[in-house]
Amino acid sequence: MHKWTRRGFISTGIIAGGGLIVGVTLPLGHRAPGLAHLVTTEGETLVNAWVKLGSDNMATVIVPHSEMGQGAQTALSQMLADEMDLDWNMVRFEEAPAVSEYANYALGKGFILGNVDIPKVLVPAVDGLFLIASKTLGLQVTGGSASVRATGVLGMRVAGAAAREMLQSAAADAWQVPVNEITTENSHLVHQPSSRRATYAEFATAAAEITPSSTPKFKDPSEFKIMGQKVQRHDIPSKVDGSAKFAMDVQLPDMLYATVQRAPVFNGRIAQLDDSAARKVAGVVDVVKLPGGEDSDGLLGYNQNGDAVAVVANGYWQAQQGLRQLTVQWDNTGNESVTSESIFEQFNRDLTARKGRETDTVQGDVDKASTGAARLVEADYRVPFLAHACMEPLNATAHVSEGHCEIWVGCQNPLGFRDVVADELGFDADNVTVHNLFMGGGFGRKANPDYAIQAALVSAKVGRPVQLIWSREEDIRQDFYRPAVQSRFRAALGENGELLSWENTYVDKHEPIEAPLIPYSVAAQDIGHVASPTHVPFGPWRSVDHSQHGFFIESFIDELATAARTDPYEYRATLLKDKPRHLAVLQKAATEANWHSQLAEGRGRGIAIHESFGSLVAQVVEVTVTEGKVSVDRVVVAVDAGFAVSPDGLTAQIESGVVYGLTAALYGEISIADGAVAQSNFHDYQALRMADAPLIETHIINSGETWGGAGEPGTPVIAPALANAVFDATGIRVRQLPLKNYDLDYRIEETGEVA
Amino acid sequence: MTTLIVNGIKQTVDVDSSMPLLWVLRERLHLTGTKFGCGMAQCGACTVHVNGKAIRSCVTSVASVEDQEITTIEGLAQENDGLHPLQQAWIDEQVPQCGYCQSGQLMSAAALLTNNSTPTDADIDTAMQGNICRCGMYGRIRKAIRTVAVVQHFDPAQSDELKEKQNA
Ligand code: FES
Ligand code: FES
Repeated sequence: MHKWTRRGFISTGIIAGGGLIVGVTLPLGHRAPGLAHLVTTEGETLVNAWVKLGSDNMATVIVPHSEMGQGAQTALSQMLADEMDLDWNMVRFEEAPAVSEYANYALGKGFILGNVDIPKVLVPAVDGLFLIASKTLGLQVTGGSASVRATGVLGMRVAGAAAREMLQSAAADAWQVPVNEITTENSHLVHQPSSRRATYAEFATAAAEITPSSTPKFKDPSEFKIMGQKVQRHDIPSKVDGSAKFAMDVQLPDMLYATVQRAPVFNGRIAQLDDSAARKVAGVVDVVKLPGGEDSDGLLGYNQNGDAVAVVANGYWQAQQGLRQLTVQWDNTGNESVTSESIFEQFNRDLTARKGRETDTVQGDVDKASTGAARLVEADYRVPFLAHACMEPLNATAHVSEGHCEIWVGCQNPLGFRDVVADELGFDADNVTVHNLFMGGGFGRKANPDYAIQAALVSAKVGRPVQLIWSREEDIRQDFYRPAVQSRFRAALGENGELLSWENTYVDKHEPIEAPLIPYSVAAQDIGHVASPTHVPFGPWRSVDHSQHGFFIESFIDELATAARTDPYEYRATLLKDKPRHLAVLQKAATEANWHSQLAEGRGRGIAIHESFGSLVAQVVEVTVTEGKVSVDRVVVAVDAGFAVSPDGLTAQIESGVVYGLTAALYGEISIADGAVAQSNFHDYQALRMADAPLIETHIINSGETWGGAGEPGTPVIAPALANAVFDATGIRVRQLPLKNYDLDYRIEETGEVA
Repeated sequence: MTTLIVNGIKQTVDVDSSMPLLWVLRERLHLTGTKFGCGMAQCGACTVHVNGKAIRSCVTSVASVEDQEITTIEGLAQENDGLHPLQQAWIDEQVPQCGYCQSGQLMSAAALLTNNSTPTDADIDTAMQGNICRCGMYGRIRKAIRTVAVVQHFDPAQSDELKEKQNA
């Protein structure tokens, strides 16, 4: 039971509709005394769960999120520091330890309740509830662009503001003055009337005795001093001189190295293994069979079913040499004839049969709307499986000895990893210690702990510390893939091109549930899905289902604009006239990109907008198509994340999200042949390189609406904006990704469509 | 026994002569700043300098660089006090995200500027073509390289120093 889905969370029974709040009397209370031993050393005081003060007045923020380059640890520290009125130069941060006391209750709360406002009086009880829920599920996940919008708003800001209030009361007590006369600034307490001033450190111990409030007073954005400022990320200096420690940089005394191959056809079993040649390779110490697990579905279905073989040696290269000498006969459990073609044929069949179709939303009457329509437009869209291809191939280092396991890893859910590794070893969770290091990329892949389990099992077998490293080939071929999807659309247009109905059926629904919904005002809508499972393991991939549906929706609406002979920007704007926030973002991108200006022959411009993880992003892409080759020249982005806590961090995340999505749109394709992945390394699973990277201009709108995420919302928008630009330049409508499979030199006149 | 000169220090290792330099640096000499990304000269994460030229250490056998001058990210700053100008520019422009590719990016960029202190954008593209950044920080990398190139070009003190270095 390690699935982490909204439905799964709810079905644990901890939360049940209206029973969520009523009857729960478990306020968080004062947790710091019980936590202090976990995170403090000599001379430090844990003021509340998330912040400690040193005798030198240095504050340390304890951050329950991992760092994979997204800068979340910095942004979260900014939030706590600002609410607490800390001197930013006196702030450090460290990652929360992977123990259940540090389960991220704020994240659980943000994830389940979304933007639900909870009556103030119930907040302590709800927090208590979510702490229990988060502990139960081992929730310490970094994903869902949730750091700032959930942990930050529901956790860090509360903790900072509460700590400030605790310090104020402690000082008021000691100075015998009313608490409302005490002000704070730059890590100091001030009592103006009596000209008294003290460092926070002086009152840290007294403040720590006080129970923190769950509902302290937040600053008004106009009072922010650190939030909204460009600050330097703390982790960057160590990332320019080679000193940053990634998981693969861990080296332990007496450590061996291992590498692994899992059944190439997913779920395959070892029928026969001949390891005699491998064992003769110089440096090889052992060959270890790793039997596959039983359950393999769901967002955190952590184990693929396939059996694997690991070769252990005195170096990674030696282990690789050994692996090449293995002779394995696999039992492919009947999947050896599956191909990408057969998968898409299956999708096509299931979409046509519509058996067991479930609806996401139904509004109005689509049948009636289409009967009287002047014109019907129909289209099918497809996207392939995608691998994550994090820059750092998967690896983990484990030392299992005498009933205890220590593990060094870069992962998006340290607490969850601890629990499943313990499960696999048959240990109590308390006997597993997880050290989480920098991740060389995550993008959703490192929420699945299969690689950590392998390291632990191999170490247990050989009785020494083992660093298990996947080859890039293994990393590409044994991923939890972004699912391939086919999506079928039908829309009805009126006499003047007005949109009367929107029908959409797609295969295979995952998270988040709102991904296929449209922002446009269309009276008749019917959006739904049919199940069409494959044997290919899937998992969260930067922006999850938004990565497919953003492309589908924003390409199809572009087709409708063309069919209605309306400018694609104007067409969208008309349909968004009741959505001022969307409209503002769309307009900003169009204006900054000079949307209505003429482009030279062979050039094209496309626009798209999509909301995900609480943030709105619109993009305008400019391309030049020369002899069939697309060059992406410029991407103009407008983003409204409510408020940009760390503006440069948000900009960097948008740039990153755009390039990640652009790589996928241009080249990304994992294809299945004979039941296995056909690609293996960067030569056939290409990544965008510098020469092909566009100029990206990011424009931030601080609308003041509920704060949204940063890491993912840039990704879903780039593919449709690009495809629409290609259409503008060539007249070729891109209905399948990646773009590299199109012959854009052959200009298809889609007169039938457009006229 | 193979003798290597790494960051100016002579080292002797007892390994198979065909073992790639990458793994010798990381596992035997504990210089973990040089990264493994693909193992087939596709990603540039493992880039180091051999006699000032950028090479991919994952496909370079240790025997082929015996007695050559090898520089890794740990030794990039050695000649200047503190940081190499590119490292400073990387901090100023807040280039790294996950940071995993950045040792390789810096080594490629440094080799470019050593041989060509005023690169055009096309020169930068060519020199950096072998380095993938999955976090997509290409815009920032380019900007950081340009700032250093401009400073080196227009700041007489710096460019004299650079010439001396090149002539040395
Ligand atoms: S690891 Fe050497 S180029 Fe990728
Ligand atoms: S910074 Fe992450 S791969 Fe370049």
